[in-house]
Amino acid sequence: MESLVYVALFAPFVGSMFAGLFFGNAPRNAITGWVASTLLFVSFLASVALAVHVVHHGSVHVTMMDWISAGDLSIPFGFLVDEVSVTMMVVVTLVSTVVHIYSTGYMDHDKSYNRFFSYLSAFVFSMLILVMSDNFAGLFIGWEGVGVCSWLLVGFWYHKADRPFEENPSISPSWAANEAFIMNRVADLGMLVGIFLIYWNIGSLQYDVVFAAMPNLADGILVAIAIALFIGAMGKSAQFPLHTWLTDAMEGPTPVSALIHAATMVTAGVFLVIRANPLFSLEAVSGVSLFIAALGTFVAFYAASMALIARDIKRIVALSTLSQLGYMFAAAGLGAYWIALFHLAAHAFFKALLFLGAGNVMHAMDDELDIFKMGGLKKAMMGSYIYMGIASVALAGLPIFAGFYSKDAIIETAFNEGTYIIWGILVITAGMTAFYSFRQVFFSFHGEKRYEALGFHPHDMYKYVLVAMAPLAILAISFGWFMDDFKAFITKNLPAYEMSHHTHHWAWLLGLIVVIIAVAGIVIAYKKYAGKGANAWKRDEEFEASFIYKLLENQYYVPKFYDEFLVKPYTIASEKFWAIDKAVVDGSVDLIAKAFYKSGDVSRGMQNGNLSSYLNWMGAGALLLVVAAALATAIG
Amino acid sequence: MEIGIGHYLILAGLLFSIGFVGVLRRKNLLMLFFATEVMLNAVNVAFTAIGNYYGDLSGQMFAFFVIAVAASEVAVGLGLLIVLYKKYGSLDLETISSMKG
Amino acid sequence: MYEVIAFYIFAISTTILFLITVMSKNVLYAMTALAAGMVMISGFFFLLGADFLGVVQLIVYVGAVMALYAFAMMFFDATKDIKEKHQNPALVFLLGGLMALVFVVMFSAPIIGENVQALYPIVDGVGNAQAVGMVLFTKYLVPFEVAAVMLLVAMIAGIILAGKKMDYSLTECEVSDQELEDEILKGEAK
Repeated sequence: MESLVYVALFAPFVGSMFAGLFFGNAPRNAITGWVASTLLFVSFLASVALAVHVVHHGSVHVTMMDWISAGDLSIPFGFLVDEVSVTMMVVVTLVSTVVHIYSTGYMDHDKSYNRFFSYLSAFVFSMLILVMSDNFAGLFIGWEGVGVCSWLLVGFWYHKADRPFEENPSISPSWAANEAFIMNRVADLGMLVGIFLIYWNIGSLQYDVVFAAMPNLADGILVAIAIALFIGAMGKSAQFPLHTWLTDAMEGPTPVSALIHAATMVTAGVFLVIRANPLFSLEAVSGVSLFIAALGTFVAFYAASMALIARDIKRIVALSTLSQLGYMFAAAGLGAYWIALFHLAAHAFFKALLFLGAGNVMHAMDDELDIFKMGGLKKAMMGSYIYMGIASVALAGLPIFAGFYSKDAIIETAFNEGTYIIWGILVITAGMTAFYSFRQVFFSFHGEKRYEALGFHPHDMYKYVLVAMAPLAILAISFGWFMDDFKAFITKNLPAYEMSHHTHHWAWLLGLIVVIIAVAGIVIAYKKYAGKGANAWKRDEEFEASFIYKLLENQYYVPKFYDEFLVKPYTIASEKFWAIDKAVVDGSVDLIAKAFYKSGDVSRGMQNGNLSSYLNWMGAGALLLVVAAALATAIG
Repeated sequence: MEIGIGHYLILAGLLFSIGFVGVLRRKNLLMLFFATEVMLNAVNVAFTAIGNYYGDLSGQMFAFFVIAVAASEVAVGLGLLIVLYKKYGSLDLETISSMKG
Repeated sequence: MYEVIAFYIFAISTTILFLITVMSKNVLYAMTALAAGMVMISGFFFLLGADFLGVVQLIVYVGAVMALYAFAMMFFDATKDIKEKHQNPALVFLLGGLMALVFVVMFSAPIIGENVQALYPIVDGVGNAQAVGMVLFTKYLVPFEVAAVMLLVAMIAGIILAGKKMDYSLTECEVSDQELEDEILKGEAK
């Protein structure tokens, strides 16, 4: 089993190195894409095999080598494959494999094809390290690796020019990459503080040791650790107020967005909370947990509201991710860790599908993102239409689709916990989700062919790419059917969250409410946007001038707030510090250099070529030495 | 009045200073060599005196080696002086300024 | 008592002779004074009980080294007074005087380290030459051999520098390589 763990972990790494080392400077070579994809598929197979093993024989724990061993600190390079991590591994490798295959088609014409696959596989490798590590240090390494890879990938088209902020969402990739990286850095500080606190108080970073020792710690420390770790999770999972990078990260190539959103990045925060469930379910930190749930609920609503009026197809999908992450945190905060993980997996499948579908649309429309310019693409892109439709239904949470089971479970949890405000908001958000996801589908695939006037000639993606997306579509439909099996499997490791009898009794009604609201959202979307001819959609100038629209369009002015109150003061401070730096630091360095230069200039007079004067200098030096010796004897 | 090590050392210091003055003021290379010989001899006296004071033969040993070094120095140095003299026709330091930077 | 008298006689004479060496304008005078001064120095060695060293001083310094100087002088014009431009004699004497002052001050202080253990003590009842030989060929054998090699190297260097091609300048090659080649070719043709 041990070798299987290593295969699952290192296959993507080998793929990355293969693409990076052998083809780093080479021109586009299809082999890199296929090798990387194949290796990732191998990793997926290994993960599945491990999953089967875990089902039958329990978790696998391997220690590859001693990594850091200094004084009392001993951190082995160990990997833990238990129910939680193996779920993540399967989800991550499956989605990544599909994304890799998809990328061979999507990035076909890009000249940095090899580089792309190198980064992409490294991204997956980092995520696997994060997921599989058996201690917080390894988790942190993966955490940072994911951050670096996301920076590389979001800024993949770094050569695109920087555009001013007002033109949002048309910012540049390099800007978006930096934003994502810096914002994550802020959160990572919290994460680091949390890890330090853990080590300081417990003296180990191994999960089993740490969680066993947790109940004995003082309440204050536990709360501090929980808050610090959650700040880290907030950054990676783009929770308010560190969420702006996620939508801006859409500047990266679409497969990257799919990977970030479905598998390799934003889920890391949720994973951390799930992984640290022994901490978050302690009585002492119940306040923090409730805060997590509340924040998640808020973000779910907040993101959904922005998605209602967004025009950028990828932005809509990105905001829906944000919203769904909110759901996951709500579940995790309320103690239903396995439901959060279940939603994470289900979400990964349909969100990847949604993104890849959006990528198809973009590809067909020559990278046009504005859904107002699309419409009626159904004919031209049947395959993508079906996929997008499936994914949207799953996202909206209609029965028998994956999203229904997981999201409904979360909403039920909120009801069960008696947090009716959270429940209410989540239900409303579910309706909004249904509305905006179908708004986007109807906008792009139904209605008038608005693109024709703009001179686009859409065509669907390569056939093999569409076929490769099929597993995601199948899982987006069917994953929910295995909910009970999943529960039985995962609750060996996670606390089994059971609905109370009362809730169980009303479950059908709760589900019905959600479904009715979701269907209502879809119907409204259909009425408004799918029509043709005379009842076709018209832009509502009056509404677009209203305050609410402005508020939503500008993302509640949060980016503007950051720009005005953080970036600009920081720029000013940086300029001031730069002046100080130039005067003090540079100045002192220059002073030393100048002193040497000057002394050389002065002492050049000695080099007059006259041996006699050289001798005199030497004599003076000798005298100095003698004097020094005399002084030394006098003192000593 | 007893002659102690102090006497010898002061004498050696004075002789050394004489040689030192010679090194500083001489412009003729041959005379410079003489001055260095003076310094070497002064040091030899000091070595021997200290050796005698401590009842140790090491001082004399050092003096031997100094003499050996001086002998080789003279052999090579004089050879070089002859070559120099052939090249420049004089042994004056002022005429040799090829080291000017 | 005679030791004191001898010391002062030697001291005064060496100082005067070396001063002549350093100050004289005539090479011959300087050299003669140097040789005489070295003889006086050997007197100190005898006084200090280093008989062998004194003899070596006489033979090597006064005999060999001074003879070398004497021979070398034949290459140069030794009869003329040497003309030397002294730019700032005051500075020279200031430095020298300072040096002397420092030494005097330093050495007139009481010697510290009375408890130094002699590494190779002078043994009573054994002649100085014998004792020196014993130490030289046991503890100082390697430096001794190295000194011997050094002397050999110096000898070869002296011969090469001074002896070879006495009628040619070593550094100023008047005949260019091409001309040399031509000459060789001519010789072969003959």
